[in-house]
Amino acid sequence: MTPTLLEVSGLSVRFHTEDGPLLAVDAASFTITDGEVVALVGESGCGKSVTAMALTGLLPRNADVEGSVRFAGRELTNESHRRLVSIRGRDIAYVFQEPMSSLNPVLTVGRQIGEVLRRHQNASRAAAERRARDLLVLVGIPEPARRLREYPHQLSGGMRQRVMIAMALACRPRLLVADEPTTALDVTIQAGILDLLRSASAETGASVLLITHDLGVVADIADRVVVMYAGRTVEESTVDNLFAAPSHPYTRGLLGAVPNPARRASGGLREIPGLVPVLRSAVDACTFADRCPSADDQCRTHRPESRPGPAGHPVACWHPATDDVRAEAHD
Amino acid sequence: MTMVEPTPVVRAPSRRRILRRLRRNSMAMTGGVIVIIAVLAALLAPIIAPYPFDATDFTAPAPQPPSLEHWLGTDELGRDQLSRVLYGLRASLSVGVLTVLLAVLLGVPLGLLAGFYGWLDPFVSRLTDLLLAFPFLILAVSLAVILGPSLFTAVIAIAIGAQVPGMIRITRGETLRLRDMDFVAAAIAGGARDGVLLRRHILPNSVNAIMVQATVYVPAAIIGEAVLSFLGLGIRPPTPSLGVLLASAQPFYRQAPWLAVFPGLVIVALTLALNLFGDGMRDALDPRQVDT
Repeated sequence: MTPTLLEVSGLSVRFHTEDGPLLAVDAASFTITDGEVVALVGESGCGKSVTAMALTGLLPRNADVEGSVRFAGRELTNESHRRLVSIRGRDIAYVFQEPMSSLNPVLTVGRQIGEVLRRHQNASRAAAERRARDLLVLVGIPEPARRLREYPHQLSGGMRQRVMIAMALACRPRLLVADEPTTALDVTIQAGILDLLRSASAETGASVLLITHDLGVVADIADRVVVMYAGRTVEESTVDNLFAAPSHPYTRGLLGAVPNPARRASGGLREIPGLVPVLRSAVDACTFADRCPSADDQCRTHRPESRPGPAGHPVACWHPATDDVRAEAHD
Repeated sequence: MTMVEPTPVVRAPSRRRILRRLRRNSMAMTGGVIVIIAVLAALLAPIIAPYPFDATDFTAPAPQPPSLEHWLGTDELGRDQLSRVLYGLRASLSVGVLTVLLAVLLGVPLGLLAGFYGWLDPFVSRLTDLLLAFPFLILAVSLAVILGPSLFTAVIAIAIGAQVPGMIRITRGETLRLRDMDFVAAAIAGGARDGVLLRRHILPNSVNAIMVQATVYVPAAIIGEAVLSFLGLGIRPPTPSLGVLLASAQPFYRQAPWLAVFPGLVIVALTLALNLFGDGMRDALDPRQVDT
């Protein structure tokens, strides 16, 4: 078995806001092994991004982080701010959702990529420029020499996202965190960016934590999936297993909300009724109970812990589903 | 999958390109030419002035109206007004440039730090409020008492009393705005330290706002100097400045209107030219501006 690169266990994030405390992440746990692409899925407001930001201490000051983040054998929650800063961009790199605004408008593409290299590898200006050029080739940008001298506004959204990925890969990070990297892009561009993430991770050996609410994206490139709901990790499985045998009712709800031509006859899209609850503190109940078709008293009074479900992978549910949806979809 | 993405035809704004954009902007060019002429005239005043600024000519009753000998006439003491305007321009431009320089040197770093470090903000902001609330003339009088009235007293009084707080506010506001931008968040996630964030990401993106403010402040400082000199708190006669000239022309505006008109015109022209040039610079430096 490949060694574990990242092990998040019992990670909780509490924000102190003017309206009182807010529990954004509630004892989330998952692992990522070397070279693996793991998707973190869930609706908006489930704590996916907060979880990713918490890994390297990127959250604002009003956030309280508890639990453990072990990365390559080091406990990151105990690291000093200084050490975390040197880990960011070098060992753990981020790609964000908004390529249009994530590049500095007054610096050329070459300078921005070079800056990361000069910062973390003490590269000379000339070496940084050469490497920046190679990186643009790696991310599939034509005419790299010319693009290096251009400013972000001269590039399209898809190309800017490629530049962001080039910057993220510059120092050969061990973990690439991609937070909704294709959400802001045209559908035609999305597939290209996903291919790039996949191939770049294969080429550099980086693991990828892909945050998305788009299960189509998950099916495309992920090896494993972690489903988050209201700050908790509710199901963790390989992609095939998850699509074949989703055990948590929430996962099933998410899958039901994906357009699927095979199911059109049987009623089309199904939505999950209700909204993601906003939690002030940890509750001793299943947070999905109010929206769950199979919830009972136990769900409302006891918190389900994550344990191997009927399909063999961990699921945090008192009544995990047992049937195989692949059969249902093919009916 | 092959990607078909539009290839913008715009190229990076090199220095040559910035100049070309500026040249195409006729208003900015007019302003620039006037500013350059004014700067040259000020620098070369000792050479091109027809008379020393304090030489008196009593061949005709003073003040003389404009004539071939004295293009702008003479003042009440028979001194050549053209020479005095040239020397006055020199003093006024020095005050304008030095004041803004001081305001930028003090205000921009303080504004950056106040905007970036929340814990520092209350201190810096209260200091700005204090400076702005402090009556400008009382500050100028106190400074003149301590330092003695001079060009530098005027510079320090205008900078501290009005322009440093303004620069702090502008820079702080820009920093607060930029600090929350996605590219700053991306740079933080890329491991950028505070110094890099401020120098590479926040300051360069604030330059436009700072420059626009500076081009407004140069003429403001020139007028501020005129006020202080008028009150005897800035440049002292017989050394002329545009403000000193205006002030000393005041009792004679009926008999000798030219004494007030010419320094006044120079102030107006210089102020307008600086503003036009500043606007043009701002447009030319904007990398988002697309050439047509």
